Amino acid sequence: MSIQLAIAVTQLVSRRRPTLVSLVGIALGVAFFLAVSSLMRGSEQDFIKRLIDNSPHITVSDEYRNPEKQPAWQQWPNGAVEIRRVKPLTEVRGIRGHIQKLAFIESLPGLRAAPVLVGSVVLTFAGRIEGVTLNGMVPDKMKGVSTIEEKLIHGSLDALAANPNGIVIGDGLAKKFGLEMGSVVNASSPGGEVRTLKVVGVFRTGNANYDESQTFVLLKRAQGLLDRANRVNRFILQLDDPYAAREVAAVIEQQGGYKAVSWQEAAEDIMSVLLVRNLIMYSVVSAILVVASFGIYNTISTIVMEKIHDIAILISMGFHARDIRHIFLAEGLILGILGSLMGVTFGIGLMWLLTQVEIKPPGATDIVHLPIYWGWEQYLLAASFALISAVGAAYLPARKAGRVQPVMILRGMA
Amino acid sequence: MNPVLAAERLGRILPGEAPVTLVRDIDLKVERGEFLAIMGPSGSGKSSLLYLLGLLDTPTSGRVLLEGRDTSGYGEDELAATRLRHLGFVFQFHFLLAEFTVLDNVQLPMRRLGALSEEAAQQRAQQLLDQFGLSEHGHKHPHQLSGGQRQRVAIARALANEPPIILADEPTGNLDSHASANVRQILHDLTRAMGKTVIVVTHDPSFASAADRRIGIVDGQIDPDWRA
Ligand SMILES: Nc1ncnc2c1ncn2[C@@H]1O[C@H](COP(=O)(O)OP(=O)(O)OP(=O)(O)O)[C@@H](O)[C@H]1O
Ligand SMILES: [Mg+2]
Repeated sequence: MSIQLAIAVTQLVSRRRPTLVSLVGIALGVAFFLAVSSLMRGSEQDFIKRLIDNSPHITVSDEYRNPEKQPAWQQWPNGAVEIRRVKPLTEVRGIRGHIQKLAFIESLPGLRAAPVLVGSVVLTFAGRIEGVTLNGMVPDKMKGVSTIEEKLIHGSLDALAANPNGIVIGDGLAKKFGLEMGSVVNASSPGGEVRTLKVVGVFRTGNANYDESQTFVLLKRAQGLLDRANRVNRFILQLDDPYAAREVAAVIEQQGGYKAVSWQEAAEDIMSVLLVRNLIMYSVVSAILVVASFGIYNTISTIVMEKIHDIAILISMGFHARDIRHIFLAEGLILGILGSLMGVTFGIGLMWLLTQVEIKPPGATDIVHLPIYWGWEQYLLAASFALISAVGAAYLPARKAGRVQPVMILRGMA
Repeated sequence: MNPVLAAERLGRILPGEAPVTLVRDIDLKVERGEFLAIMGPSGSGKSSLLYLLGLLDTPTSGRVLLEGRDTSGYGEDELAATRLRHLGFVFQFHFLLAEFTVLDNVQLPMRRLGALSEEAAQQRAQQLLDQFGLSEHGHKHPHQLSGGQRQRVAIARALANEPPIILADEPTGNLDSHASANVRQILHDLTRAMGKTVIVVTHDPSFASAADRRIGIVDGQIDPDWRA
């Protein structure tokens, strides 16, 4: 052990009370830092997990991010004359070559994809009329990409396979229309097609809007009803690693040309709110640590004042001003390290206590536990911030100690 | 041969609204192995001169030569290194570090220098304590010792890195006559047995008479006519 460190340790040990008080200050700061951070990050993760579970990881739709130019413009991009009144080429709605495109997507590793034809229809039942979204899908594929199957409270998706005229609706819509399993509704498309469909399943996601507006039928039935034979206008993808969605979406978009939106992109506004929330949270808990480091400043300043004669004698002995500074910086470092260790231990205890808290959200029936995030980087963040504050707090007294003029002190004593 | 320590027209003025002259125009040569006593009335500038000679303070005029080398251009690093290797201080108030044992106090300069291993430093510290009749007291803390014992520890510490020069500022000022005689004898022996150069500021006439040479400082200057 270097002599500077030995002196630092000795000075701290011989001043147990102020040393302990400043240690407890830092430890409490680190513990609160961890408790708040784990709670905020935990709820954030909980939220993102719901987002990931309940929405497609990637949605490929029949839109382009940058609409293609008309053929005449493609042929002569910078023509000197513009021919007016060229009849624009009408794009047939839907994903072109969807069989091949889906095959390509399915060839990518770690994902499942389902083709969907989405359109609007009007449901009529017992004189009530309601516009809803019709999702035409293939039940076997849909199960791989959506949690809708788990959300069914009556019936099943497989019932659709058995009954081509079946429809699965949300319980919000069922209540609104007074529908039950086996009820028959009329669905009419904007194109004038009308079909009679039988309710073979009811789901409840908990999202009122979704439960009132979404309906599911077989892909073939939707294609017939919407008069879009053999077309789909959407692929829904689920990934083994949801966090790869951005990259995978980029690959798919590049290959297929159609717009592929990852869940991150779809939830960008929410993600940036979460980011701001984290920034605020970390500023506040860091401020707590800065306040806690005043204890260290106080302790080390006191030592410098009390030990000013020792400092003078050390300098007369041949210690450099730098050595003197190092002694007091080392004291800050020691307090920071010990305080962080204590704080992390204490913080983990607090976090465990938080996991034991049971809450019953209003309206919910189940008791839930607070979501706590255990990620290691929080400990690193809290400990390094505590260390930086501690050394920062030691810096001013250390600098003062390094500037001690031994002769002034010795004269005072003589 | 160069004098081990020399002052040339050494002056020190404290700046300020009313500048104070602590020391002026001191010319002094100290030979190797010499036992020199600096005397003079209280407030005459003896301590100030000693701090200048010990490179603890910077002169405002003139210069200090250590073993022939001019120290006036020294930076912070060289000053500290020179104090560490070439100079040992003993003060009136012993200034031992209260939280350290006697043995640790003596080791401080050695551990700062880092030339010896920890065991070797400990051994040497114990030898120094043995030499000054403190064999039994190594593991005590300074407050458990008498004033005379503490001053001997301070001398042991000043000798730790084997500096050729020992500077002492009223080392017996705070001691009874028995302890004073003991410290005086030790310092005297350093010059005789170990060839150290010892410069002592003292008011004690018996100390002065033991010295090889006495100089008197009056009003910051050497007074050639000074008699104790
Ligand atoms: N910071 C200061 N401001 C003003 N005057 C000072 C200061 N420090 C010392 N002095 C004056 O400088 C003079 C020399 O002081 P110094 O301590 O060198 O004297 P001394 O000979 O060692 O005295 P003593 O025998 O009492 O120890 C004294 O008159 C003292 O009052
Ligand atoms: Mg004096």
